[in-house]
Amino acid sequence: MHELAVTESILEIATTHASQAQATRVTDIYLVIGKLSSIIDDSIQFYWDMISQGTLCEGATLHFERIPARLSCQDCGSEYTLDRELEPCPQCSSSRVRVLTGEEFHLDSIEIIKD
Amino acid sequence: MSSVRVPVIERILNANDQIAQQNRSQLDSAGVFSINIMASPGAGKTSLILATIQRLNQRLRLGVVEGDTAPVTIDADKVLAAGMPAVQINTGGDCHLDAVMLGSALPALPLQELDAIIVENVGNLVCPAAFNLGTHANVLVASIPEGDDKPYKYPAIYRGIDVLILNKMDLLPYVRFNLDYFRQGVEMLNPGVITFPVSCETGEGLEPWVAWIEQQVRNKHIQ
Repeated sequence: MHELAVTESILEIATTHASQAQATRVTDIYLVIGKLSSIIDDSIQFYWDMISQGTLCEGATLHFERIPARLSCQDCGSEYTLDRELEPCPQCSSSRVRVLTGEEFHLDSIEIIKD
Repeated sequence: MSSVRVPVIERILNANDQIAQQNRSQLDSAGVFSINIMASPGAGKTSLILATIQRLNQRLRLGVVEGDTAPVTIDADKVLAAGMPAVQINTGGDCHLDAVMLGSALPALPLQELDAIIVENVGNLVCPAAFNLGTHANVLVASIPEGDDKPYKYPAIYRGIDVLILNKMDLLPYVRFNLDYFRQGVEMLNPGVITFPVSCETGEGLEPWVAWIEQQVRNKHIQ
């Protein structure tokens, strides 16, 4: 349920950068979100449509780049992607693993229109 | 009229992180060690806090911040009854505390007179993980009846903690809970995390936990 707070942050960051760039409108917002972060794209879209009304960002399309959760095994060195739940190394069953990617949570860029 | 791509590259919760940093500075300058306690509802956050206060109230000056989704003061009342300064944050239905909420609660506590504060987050394994409060230690209370699969289902919260408390150990003989499977999940997400198996009901295992807090407070005073 923290998608509302997250969506408000997205709006604030996008609006600040759009104003600095003297945009008349924001058309696209590119988000990078790792699979391990528990954010539901649909909920963000839902809140977005509500809270972006009347702002520079009204009508902007949200693009979600979902980064897969990649782990590396500290014992056999193999790297693997989590398809669903967390699991030990599929090669050697070791649980000595390190998370490489999947925790990303940032706003990468915006597409704006200038007069 | 032209279309331009503007690079931003900013953490989505950057604003929260900045306020969290301010909270941390405020606590540091008052010399107060701070703990953020997270857990699912019913894991024993309030029981742990009360048991901790009971053991430490002769040894440390503690304050408590209680986060609740509704304006009920049950938890804060229990803490006040135990003789500790407590302040309640009503999140108005929000599922987590954030740095702004903690920042606005801190002035209600006599920080200069305290050694440590304990913040009780809202019972939830998802949202609190995303919002840094600025506290020195993030502590998760897991409990035996919740099941051994929680690290696998809620990886984010296990990633960001400094201490894991496994509560209700007294129920282990009665509940299907595979300790090895649980520990394997924790180890994958947070290798070597400090873990205290406890029972707030019997008091088992609580002494090492409160000794850990005392040690952190001593380290803070040396700094």
